[in-house]
Amino acid sequence: MGQLDGGRKLEFGSGVREGPEADFRGLSGEIGCTGRKPFFRVTRVSAAKTHRSPSARAGSKHQTSAPHELLLSTYKWMLLARTLEDKLASLYRSGKIVGGVYLGRGQEAFSAALAAHLDQAGGDVYAPLIRDMAGRLAFGEPLIDPMRTYLGSPLGPMRGRDGNIHRGRPREGMLAMISHLGAMVSVVNGVLLSRRLRGIGGQVGAACVGDGATSTGAFHEALNQAAVEKLPLVVAVANNQFAYSTPTSRQFACADLVDRALGYGVAGHRCDGTNLEDCLQTFGEAVRRARQGEGPQLVVGSLLRLSGHGEHDDAGYVPAAVRKSALAADCIDLAGGRLIERGWAAEVDLATWKSEAVNRVEEVLEQVASEPLPDPLGETWCALSVRHLCEGNLGA
Amino acid sequence: MNVTYLDAIREAQAKALARDDRVFLYGQDIAAFGGAFKATKRLAEEFPGRVLDSPISEDAMVGLAIGAAIDGMRPIIEMQFADFSSIAFNQIVNQAGTHFYRTGVPVPFVIRLPSGGNKGSGPFHSQSLESLYAHFPGLVVLMPATVEDAYTMLLDAVELDDPVIFCEHKLLYYHLKADKLPAEGLPIGKARIARAGTHATVVTAGAMLHEALKAANQLAEEAWEIEVVDLRSAKPIDTDTILASVARTGRILCVAESFPWGGLNAEVIARVVGEGFHLLDAPPLRLNSRDTPIPYHPNLWAAHRPTAASITTALRKLLGF
Ligand SMILES: Cc1ncc(C[n+]2csc(CCOP(=O)(O)OP(=O)(O)O)c2C)c(N)n1
Ligand SMILES: [Mg+2]
Repeated sequence: MGQLDGGRKLEFGSGVREGPEADFRGLSGEIGCTGRKPFFRVTRVSAAKTHRSPSARAGSKHQTSAPHELLLSTYKWMLLARTLEDKLASLYRSGKIVGGVYLGRGQEAFSAALAAHLDQAGGDVYAPLIRDMAGRLAFGEPLIDPMRTYLGSPLGPMRGRDGNIHRGRPREGMLAMISHLGAMVSVVNGVLLSRRLRGIGGQVGAACVGDGATSTGAFHEALNQAAVEKLPLVVAVANNQFAYSTPTSRQFACADLVDRALGYGVAGHRCDGTNLEDCLQTFGEAVRRARQGEGPQLVVGSLLRLSGHGEHDDAGYVPAAVRKSALAADCIDLAGGRLIERGWAAEVDLATWKSEAVNRVEEVLEQVASEPLPDPLGETWCALSVRHLCEGNLGA
Repeated sequence: MNVTYLDAIREAQAKALARDDRVFLYGQDIAAFGGAFKATKRLAEEFPGRVLDSPISEDAMVGLAIGAAIDGMRPIIEMQFADFSSIAFNQIVNQAGTHFYRTGVPVPFVIRLPSGGNKGSGPFHSQSLESLYAHFPGLVVLMPATVEDAYTMLLDAVELDDPVIFCEHKLLYYHLKADKLPAEGLPIGKARIARAGTHATVVTAGAMLHEALKAANQLAEEAWEIEVVDLRSAKPIDTDTILASVARTGRILCVAESFPWGGLNAEVIARVVGEGFHLLDAPPLRLNSRDTPIPYHPNLWAAHRPTAASITTALRKLLGF
């Protein structure tokens, strides 16, 4: 093959991936093996971080020895995401963040459960969206990235050139979303097709969207495209009942979004987005099937956005009945309760993890606050990588 | 050997596929069928698994190319007609055009746009969209006007680390011929003096080059020596070559097939006025197609776009100042 992605080196035929593969199949079930035999290994050439658990313990999610460990580690990512987002909201309210702040409050279980089954080091691709702080962290985004991006630090991945949720590390498998809803799905398809053309198997791609994004032409084109190519794509639809202020009744007329799977010729899955165990089990199955070559998997989770569209929005349009419904359950409270109920954690553990999360968030905030600001004089003002073709300074 | 402009595009793709494993082709009807214009004839056979038919999904076609490019591939996307790239507009300008600036990761791929008018093609199979794409940061926009350029510029485009909008002109596909394909051409971003002259400069590109050359030949019979600059690239624009020409002639007419509001002609004139006002002996003029959709009937179409006749008229006006 020609030159490969500069960020990673692919070793073909090296047999196995590092670490045993564990597949979460629900709390009562046993540990299932995916049964796939990757014939390559991806080694990071760049200084990519190894996967860390939210409480900074070393270890990989794929070295899970029991199903409840995946539950625990995912819960901790959710907690860290919530803690970070609470801090971002307060920074926004105090005028320290420009633009907007868009939270995934209430969606942490659905978001993190998908990422918990992805293997960043193994070459999986992930296209998170607006409400995927938890999934991003669980996938492997360094905690400092969101803070730097919201505060515009030139040391962050977007260097002040883009902000908030529009961030990623494409070379490390995390695509940087553009605002235009639905547009990332076909980009994931492209990465997956590239892997196929390069003879790389066993990797999956995941794209996240909301209920509103399913109405776009881009979403339709991309899901159909993935189905035609039978790509190992998992599409996670977080049906949080609203797209900004628009309820699903004004968004689509089908009884359930998962029914669309049939029309596309892809597998459909449904889960309770407030229930971490259900989310983990459902995504475990979807990711496993995609990895095994069964083609695209559409996963629809029902939940509720427990915040406004952005922090500028009080979501006054959400009817009281919906606010009081089961959809409005807080997935973090529910998951914490289950952990205690099953004896996998004690009240004091939850409190400890929370305070660890608070400390980590304070640490990154302190660090980013001391970093320099973007400097327009040092900016290259060039949108092309081939510098001599740039016209960026015309008229300047 | 007799090579057409279309052959050149086909051969460039064959060579790109042969010499670089990262290259693959994706577009509607391009595999076994060989493409609506046969620009990929037999390539699917010659390069199995690397010439892929796409669904009619221009947005997803370009999105897929971007993803593959991020992952280290060098896709070439064939739009069936330039006009349909409007469906992919978002992916082109917002995804491809912003990616390197935002993330530092380049997205090297080429979108081939069969562009421009033809008899009977009408409003939706005739557009010239170079000005539209040139407006957005992060894209390189090329307009080969010769068989040689169609070949070398497409090969160069595939090698470039940034997204390239490759505006190939349908009118030139079958009629324009060369003896052989060159080993190399001018670098991307350089304009070419297609005809030397001293009395006025015509700046143009694509199929309009040939109309401009006809006009220049006609005026040569009256002893007017018209210099014709073939831009080759709509973005970047080779401002230096244009200014050097205006320095020789003192007069400039810009000719483009795109719609008149704003665009390539306006951009060239703004640069000449801004940087070379002192070189001008006459007001700079421009000639575009008309500000209506592109009409179907040949009589209307011929009066809609610039032709050798209307360029000659405009040049007479320019020379009369
Ligand atoms: C194509 C497009 N149109 C409009 C918008 C503006 N917009 C941003 S988020 C949003 C609502 C999205 O709703 P949904 O897809 O359900 O995701 P959610 O915000 O509920 O997570 C809208 C309309 C956009 N980003 N992209
Ligand atoms: Mg929604």
